[in-house]
Amino acid sequence: MTTTKDIQQAFKERLDYDELMNCMRCGFCLPSCPTYGQTNQYEAASPRGRIALMKGVVDGLIEPDESVEKQLNLCLGCRACEPVCPSGVKYGHLLEEARDIIQQKKRHKWPVKALRHMVFEQLFPHKERLKNVHSLLAFYQRSGLQKAVQKTNILNVLPGNLAQMEKTLPPVLTKKEMKKRPFLFEAEGTRERTVAFFTGCLMDTMFMETNNATIALLQKAGCKVVIPEVQTCCGALHAHGGEKDQAKKLAKQNIMAFESIQADDIVLNAGGCGALLVEYDHLLKEEPEWKERAAAFSAKVKDFSEILLQQQFVEKQKLSLPSQIITYQDSCHLRNVMKTSSAPRKLIQAINGTVFNEMENADHCCGSAGIYNLTEQEMSMQILDYKMEKVKETHAHTIVTANPGCLIQMKLGVVREGVEESVRAVHLADLLLEAAESK
Amino acid sequence: MLNERTKAKLVEVVGSANFQDSSEARLVYSYDATPNFQSLPDAVIMPENKEQVKRILTICNEDHVPIVPRGSGTNLSAGTCPTQGGIVLTFNRMNKILEIDEENLTATVQPGVITLDLINAVEAKGLFYPPDPSSMKISTIGGNISECSGGLRGLKYGVTKDYVLGLEVVLANGDCIKTGGKLAKDVAGYDLTNLFVGSEGTLGVVTEAILKLIPIPETKQTLLALFEDMDAAAKTVSAIIAHKIIPATLEFLDQPTCEVVEDFAQVGLPTDVNAVLLIEQDGPPEVVSRDIEMISRICSEGNAVSVKVAASQAEAEALSTARRSALSALARMKPTTILEDATVPRSKISEMVKAINEIAVTYNVKICTFGHAGDGNLHPTCLTDARDKEELHRVEQAFEAIFHKAFELGGTITGEHGVGEMKAPYLALKMGGEGVAAMKAIKYALDPQGIMNPGKIFAKDTRKRVVVRS
Repeated sequence: MTTTKDIQQAFKERLDYDELMNCMRCGFCLPSCPTYGQTNQYEAASPRGRIALMKGVVDGLIEPDESVEKQLNLCLGCRACEPVCPSGVKYGHLLEEARDIIQQKKRHKWPVKALRHMVFEQLFPHKERLKNVHSLLAFYQRSGLQKAVQKTNILNVLPGNLAQMEKTLPPVLTKKEMKKRPFLFEAEGTRERTVAFFTGCLMDTMFMETNNATIALLQKAGCKVVIPEVQTCCGALHAHGGEKDQAKKLAKQNIMAFESIQADDIVLNAGGCGALLVEYDHLLKEEPEWKERAAAFSAKVKDFSEILLQQQFVEKQKLSLPSQIITYQDSCHLRNVMKTSSAPRKLIQAINGTVFNEMENADHCCGSAGIYNLTEQEMSMQILDYKMEKVKETHAHTIVTANPGCLIQMKLGVVREGVEESVRAVHLADLLLEAAESK
Repeated sequence: MLNERTKAKLVEVVGSANFQDSSEARLVYSYDATPNFQSLPDAVIMPENKEQVKRILTICNEDHVPIVPRGSGTNLSAGTCPTQGGIVLTFNRMNKILEIDEENLTATVQPGVITLDLINAVEAKGLFYPPDPSSMKISTIGGNISECSGGLRGLKYGVTKDYVLGLEVVLANGDCIKTGGKLAKDVAGYDLTNLFVGSEGTLGVVTEAILKLIPIPETKQTLLALFEDMDAAAKTVSAIIAHKIIPATLEFLDQPTCEVVEDFAQVGLPTDVNAVLLIEQDGPPEVVSRDIEMISRICSEGNAVSVKVAASQAEAEALSTARRSALSALARMKPTTILEDATVPRSKISEMVKAINEIAVTYNVKICTFGHAGDGNLHPTCLTDARDKEELHRVEQAFEAIFHKAFELGGTITGEHGVGEMKAPYLALKMGGEGVAAMKAIKYALDPQGIMNPGKIFAKDTRKRVVVRS
């Protein structure tokens, strides 16, 4: 029982009451919320409802019991509610704080504790270890083991959709190949900008080829690309998963790493990471010695699509692909927090030979949302199935995304629908490089 | 709390998944969009059809359990706040458009249909459903009917009641009646349809509605006129009407409202003038062009510093969407935003706006004003902080003065939001004692146990209008 009291007390101390009051309950957020839609308009599964729950705990109207925690966990954190909120409520910040309180006060059962420890502390903050995991994966894929395992159907004993997920894993590079990459790339032609590249964790291991493609595109657009060596995980998984202290530690490490480079921009290709990077100043708002440095860092963060557009990439580079219909699934954080939504579309539409079909509700979350597709599998798959219906309506052959989580999710969607033969999911950078190289 | 016996009977009707009484469910149905009202219901129930609604009401009537019908909870008069406890009845499972009848120009819908979904569905067939409350993306048709919602097109097209041809209503005792129908002419007996529209869930539960549709206007043009002087803008509104032009929309925003709306919507609303008129005319192209030209001239003659016609449909759409966000955008300025709905005859707009500003000064409170100037329906909106009890008292006094002034000018206490609980203390001001008694007689006849949304419309003895409950 003391845990409940502790949580309640921490809600009172740490949640911004002005921000809670700022929600005037107009409900303008409701139609934008995927979980509200998927729960048949259940108020508790909406941003307005969740804010009311948080305020209810602070006001002492309800206890922070399991149902409150469940609703907060069910939120994708896609933040689609923020741009449509006329009152300007910072919902994402409230949610992050509330989740952090619950996680810190909660007594997890040991398997959960061990898993969280491994993911948040032992794995993601250490890129070398991630690379090791991926080199195992590379071995698994290349040794024929993957084929053998898939044949046995042994994976079907895995819970939920893990067996399907296994099929979506892209072929990863070996550790040796990962190590080969230099840290400096000169611009092709005249150098117009110097950009520092934020590599990310998943993007630089499981999707390292996409990172390489992004660098190549930036070079073609006249950018010198520098990769600060000591950068680390962005901390987004930690911040969203209720591990704020760890997120702050990682943020400081990254700020220091990028301060050592005199770059015009800090560029990346993962909306999920970008959204936290542009909010480092908020994350470190209570640490005066870091606030300004964080703000300077955040101000430089841009998605690569914005840089390409700004550098007139489509004028400099002829883009073409064999005839196909393309559609684009927004990365929520890229759209709602980094405010990038037209640049990727403009780039895709510049590819000759292809047709761009906008998907209905492309701005609605695909259900990936960090580790949501593992922690809230049922809702995640419900949202994904809805999403795939919308994809089908566009008749697209190619689904483009701009974030590793969304990419994995959309690949999973393709597998679930059994349309691997006719539909592919691809990161924008890979598509653009393919179009640039295609003769 | 509900007793176990009642609960068991209700669960039997809808199944346990559609009857929720967890603390979470009770909390999230304890409010609507009205500031400072919150009260926990005992449970939330989600029926699937009319039969279930009938059984639910029968049980509640027998066991004396209050019933609060609720759409999306966007209303601003505390009409769906369960202040007397009981059961919140939601319509999220009764949300189908049953028919769009192109021969009779009607739509038959269930109450849980979202207003904008209906508007889009009929427009796809070249038809038009005019009521467009600012909350139309979220609000339900059932809620619109219960509150008799208005909207930006109210000046030319009227409010919800002008588009309800027939209803299916379940009464408190579980009886189901049908009123009106698809007929253009239908005068048999009392006009029960109109009685239920705007009855705020106090007389029965609407389970189906037949709505009137009209042909969609061929074209639309939007104009923005800026004024240095609020009085000049208000006089221009009267002048437009006096020239016998009825625009589809004639909206008014004062400077602070423009500022916050622009901050949110970024559509190029000016923030440096004292009053803005947003005017729309729709209809045949030649009529629209003629009217817009005439309106431009009247604005210029009325000392507008700038008159500009929107260049594209997209620009026009952005402007009216921005206007719809005015109330919520104002919430950026202070923690608590209390919006009112005072309405005066069109010719008195200028006088009322002036009075509101004077009242704000007298009581030392911050009031921004925007609203449907063309139909005399103003939304003076007070920016305050519910935690500041002293200021809140002055806010109450200011609103009381505003209502008295509106009434004095031949106006009313609400133009489109309903009375709810928030404005119940002022109903007598508008209706007189005898009027209230007549309304109560109807209420008693249809709901003798008083289970239908109790505490709404009719005042208790207090005159305080801002009440904080938990």
